[in-house]
Amino acid sequence: MSSRDTILKSINRHLVPAVPLPDMNQDWIKFDNPTEQFLTMLSAVGGRGEVVASLEDVSRKLHEEPHYDDAQQICSLVSGIDIASDKRIDLDAIDDPHDLKDVDFAIVPGEFAVAENGAIWVTDAVVRHKALYFIAQHVVIVVKASEILHNMHEAYPRTGLETDGFQQAPHFGVFISGPSKTADIEQSLVIGAHGARSLRVFLVEEMQN
Amino acid sequence: MAGHATLAKDFVANDERAHWHDKALWFVRHKRDNISHSLPEWETLRETASQVKLHTITHLAKYLEEFEANAKKLGVHVHWASNAAEHNEIVLRILQQHNVKRVVKSKSMLTEECHLNPHLEAAGMEVVDTDLGERIVQLQKEAPSHIVLPAIHIKKEEVGEVFHQFLDTEKGASDPGYLTEAARQHLRENFLAADAGITGVNFGIAATGGFVVCTNEGNADLGTALPNLHIACMGIEKLIPAPEHLSLFTRLLARSATGQPITTYTSHFHGPKPGGEMHIVLVDNGRSNILGSDEFRSSLSCIRCGACMNTCPVYRRSGGHSYQSTVPGPIGSILGPASDPAKHSSLPFACSLCGSCTDVCPVKIDLHHQLLTWRREIYVRGLLPLSKTFPMKVMSKVFQHPGLYAFGGGIARKALRVMPRWMIYNPLNSWGRKRELPEAPKESFRDLYKKRKRP
Repeated sequence: MSSRDTILKSINRHLVPAVPLPDMNQDWIKFDNPTEQFLTMLSAVGGRGEVVASLEDVSRKLHEEPHYDDAQQICSLVSGIDIASDKRIDLDAIDDPHDLKDVDFAIVPGEFAVAENGAIWVTDAVVRHKALYFIAQHVVIVVKASEILHNMHEAYPRTGLETDGFQQAPHFGVFISGPSKTADIEQSLVIGAHGARSLRVFLVEEMQN
Repeated sequence: MAGHATLAKDFVANDERAHWHDKALWFVRHKRDNISHSLPEWETLRETASQVKLHTITHLAKYLEEFEANAKKLGVHVHWASNAAEHNEIVLRILQQHNVKRVVKSKSMLTEECHLNPHLEAAGMEVVDTDLGERIVQLQKEAPSHIVLPAIHIKKEEVGEVFHQFLDTEKGASDPGYLTEAARQHLRENFLAADAGITGVNFGIAATGGFVVCTNEGNADLGTALPNLHIACMGIEKLIPAPEHLSLFTRLLARSATGQPITTYTSHFHGPKPGGEMHIVLVDNGRSNILGSDEFRSSLSCIRCGACMNTCPVYRRSGGHSYQSTVPGPIGSILGPASDPAKHSSLPFACSLCGSCTDVCPVKIDLHHQLLTWRREIYVRGLLPLSKTFPMKVMSKVFQHPGLYAFGGGIARKALRVMPRWMIYNPLNSWGRKRELPEAPKESFRDLYKKRKRP
């Protein structure tokens, strides 16, 4: 007998009283001002964010980012961001994700943000190498200001995990809440464990899909 | 095998360090309290999550088959392992088929439980644990002492020493920022050089065939985004029915574990990356046996947040290594005996039955009730040591005979007052170890009661 059959048989030999699935429609938390709540949570988890009017504002404000003007390699997946041509990395021209190891800044689109925990849903739908999100020294996420949800119960239907690309083709999606961090040495919080050393979020009011 | 109390001796002997450990964990427990109290629906969340888990484990075969079918549709190779040895063989075979020499692994208690690392190393592979805490204990040649905070028992000065030895950091350095940066550089090299990435699984989604891995460091993501081969090792109890249920668990997990609103990276894997290959190994290793027990079934609901450890007065004061079990603390003291009752027979007794673990468990496992039930089981199976059974028999006789009780009480009160210290605190009196016995009153309750009745 295969291990698969052994395990299934071992499970099925027990007559267990079935427990029904609970009602998922409960009175989950909502906020008077989700944008404000999101920005508060984002800062609590070590990120920084603000609402801006347009992508031009993003381009301008990026220069205020620490390390941005010293960056050698910048990779943007958001069209409409001005980047000096000698610094610009074209992701589609890169075959091996290992070649992204020296990227200083990744500027990527987020699909929506979640107010209760400062998380942003990011997928590999528009990106050839998902490694970019984790290997870049600094990450900037751009989200439409209107796309802020209250809680995770609103968030999951929006991920499209059961429909969309996820079931048609292999796919990856991640909730990112703040920069990479660890407290494994004596519970001292250190930002910048393996992934992004900083996370900057722009909530853009006027943005095309 | 030595019991918990014996194994805890060294840890407890260092008073200052035991208190430092206690405080570090209480701090984490406190953060958990703050963030859970900030959510008005916390109890609803726990109750709903508990029901979802119980539903899943009472329909486990159905959901496993659904998960397998959907994962296959995504191009994932699904393997089944009845026990630890089979799991290790499957993983080794996949790695060998791909000529893998260097593996990066993110935190997975299942692979610890199966002792995967030594198995791969014996076959000539290099396995690097990439979670910072796990890397520290790996370099120290120790096991994690906590499932979420593997190096909680290690001081920063000791981390500095290990890093000086292996990562060439400055001698005597102990600044966590400096040491973490050194680990970042060191592990980046390993991520870039790895031929394969191994991860655990926090939640498997039956309806989609995908799975979720949660980290704060981003190590599971870096370790699987660079190499082409990803192997995910998953206990069969990790399933949930559908994506909507993830909303409960992603809200509960990090809040309960470390007091964060959500882990930094909550990654949803649905099939291999372009040009890559993905394998899932479904592991039983005793889990299906627990399923049959009405008393212990709900222990399969555990989402490995570690909250029961952080709050446990015994764990905090005795350290994770005194449990000699991959999962220590209250939940480990239930899962340990379930997998090997003789080896872990002392664990259900490493508990004051205070019930704090049950209060904080995000999926409402009745931990302290199960610990009490395990004590009975250990007795029934004849696994109790004489030091527990003999005094119990004596006490049982005494309690059945009021005269004997009054006589014995009189002697004990007298003895405690007149006997010299060295006789009372003798090596056989385990109640006198590391604590003072109560002051003996001159009169018993009976004496006092008699006096009160006489006008």
